[in-house]
Amino acid sequence: MTTWLAVQRFPPPQFTETGHKLPVMTEPAARALWLERLDVAVLVAALALATWLALRRRSRRELAALGLFSLLYFGFWRNGCICSIGAIQNVALALADPGYAIPMAAVVFALLPLAAALLFGRVFCSSVCPHGALQDVVLLKPVNVPSWLEHGLRLLPYIYLGLALVFAATGAGFIICQYDPFVPIFRLGGSAVMVGLGIGLLAIGMFVGRPYCRFLCPYGALLGLASSISKWRVRIAPQTCTQCRLCEQSCPFGAINKSSVDTPTPVHAIQADKRRLAALLVLLPVLVGLGFWLGGLAGTNFARQHRVVNLAERIHLEETGAVQGTTDASAAFRATGEPLEKLFANAQAIRHRFVWAGRLGGAWIALVIGLKLISLAIRRKRTDYEADQFRCVACARCFRYCPEELKRLGLPVPDPTPPTAP
Amino acid sequence: MNRRDFFANATRGAALLGLGGIVGGLIHRFRSRRSVWQIDPYKCTMCGRCATECVLEQSAVKCVHAYDMCGYCNLCTGYFEPQPVGLNTGAENQLCPTGAIIRKFIEEPYFEYHIDESLCVGCGKCVKGCTTFGNGSLYLQIRHDRCVNCNECSIARVCPADAIHRVPASQPYVRKAQVGKT
Repeated sequence: MTTWLAVQRFPPPQFTETGHKLPVMTEPAARALWLERLDVAVLVAALALATWLALRRRSRRELAALGLFSLLYFGFWRNGCICSIGAIQNVALALADPGYAIPMAAVVFALLPLAAALLFGRVFCSSVCPHGALQDVVLLKPVNVPSWLEHGLRLLPYIYLGLALVFAATGAGFIICQYDPFVPIFRLGGSAVMVGLGIGLLAIGMFVGRPYCRFLCPYGALLGLASSISKWRVRIAPQTCTQCRLCEQSCPFGAINKSSVDTPTPVHAIQADKRRLAALLVLLPVLVGLGFWLGGLAGTNFARQHRVVNLAERIHLEETGAVQGTTDASAAFRATGEPLEKLFANAQAIRHRFVWAGRLGGAWIALVIGLKLISLAIRRKRTDYEADQFRCVACARCFRYCPEELKRLGLPVPDPTPPTAP
Repeated sequence: MNRRDFFANATRGAALLGLGGIVGGLIHRFRSRRSVWQIDPYKCTMCGRCATECVLEQSAVKCVHAYDMCGYCNLCTGYFEPQPVGLNTGAENQLCPTGAIIRKFIEEPYFEYHIDESLCVGCGKCVKGCTTFGNGSLYLQIRHDRCVNCNECSIARVCPADAIHRVPASQPYVRKAQVGKT
């Protein structure tokens, strides 16, 4: 124990006169373990239900009801914590730091929706994620985002993912949790900036469907990648697409790819595309190398976000006389009497980790940009109108637009030909 | 099976194996017990950030009192301003900005001090007074009926003394004790 404890300046009284009994400090218990297990059980059940509703029942109404439940349970009841989006940081930290003991719930929340996406597509996004459900609730009148803007903004989640994993793996902090726009809304309070950001995003979300999911969510990026190779995914038409084009505008998130049957590509365009593709394929390793190098440089700067590095730099400045006085942190460190050399060595090790994490993060971001450019140079032949394999969140809104689906449900199919004037 | 399907199947299989590998690699490191955030009062420097940095409107950090350490002083340096006008409950004499400390006469010359947690904001002003000049029986703790147990504690992130860490949920409070007792 520290020395000051030895100073019992005023001996506690005995109360011989009144026989006063000392009160005991109350210790309200922490949230019970079974409640944490309940969170995991609810996640598993909700994921299974969402899969069944999206792929088998194909019911928007039931998915929306499940979304509302998730919003209330994971959002307002659990205050948005624990969530799958943030849990990937725990996994990244656990993989990078052998000394970190990870809660079981965080592993399940991070990996189970990913495994589900590999098999069934983004059913998690459809109605289990409270963030998605909240944005679905406020969606009023979706407008189309211009294609160039959409393609550009869609890079952000991958960049955010890279940054978040760099910060988490180096132990500098969980930026996804820190900058989550909706958790302050779930908690009904928070810093003015974050509450403002959340309300602003919801205001945008009235006219742009799910702006956080599409243009920011790092977990959505990961789920999109998993969904792109998923075994079973939602289809717009239950069996065969008849190219009726009725579903074309039905998706508020712009996640329906048009069939290319009616618009054959001109031959000269194919030639130009091939040249562009070849150039990009050659350029890709250069781009990744550049990202690797720049990421390493950025990593040295990002290292200051780590409290140990920050403290070591401050102490170093104080030692060399470059600054006068102390900060709260440096004063607290000096009071512990720990050797400076240990702190500096510690900070150096963390800087080193940051450089490597930065390089990998930079290479990842460059790779994403490169692959995006390549994907823009490739024309895919599509014979059907289909939900985009990356972007579709399996919300089931488009199904009812499909006459084949109406036939399947035994509902009357509206006559597509306009009535002729008498 | 066409080439595209083959690649998708192979990648999916590899990805599922990878997820399984992560679970397998981490399974022995799962926290055996639930953990919660708590302040180490021996590291705490009473900087006041606990009052402002918690994600909750009303901070989950409150002052607690280890009664068996308390000297029951009349001139309590956790209760009174450094130069009190008088040793009474007048607001001008109190150190606590919200008047959350209740002073109660027990027997001559001893007074007992309670914290009204509904008023306490966790600023640590009384803790500083008590620790600097008194026995240090007042100290800050995260109260688990309020704490929402964030993935990353936003007070811990800014704590200058690195005093906030996770502790086992079965022992969620630090019990300060008298010298000679444990």
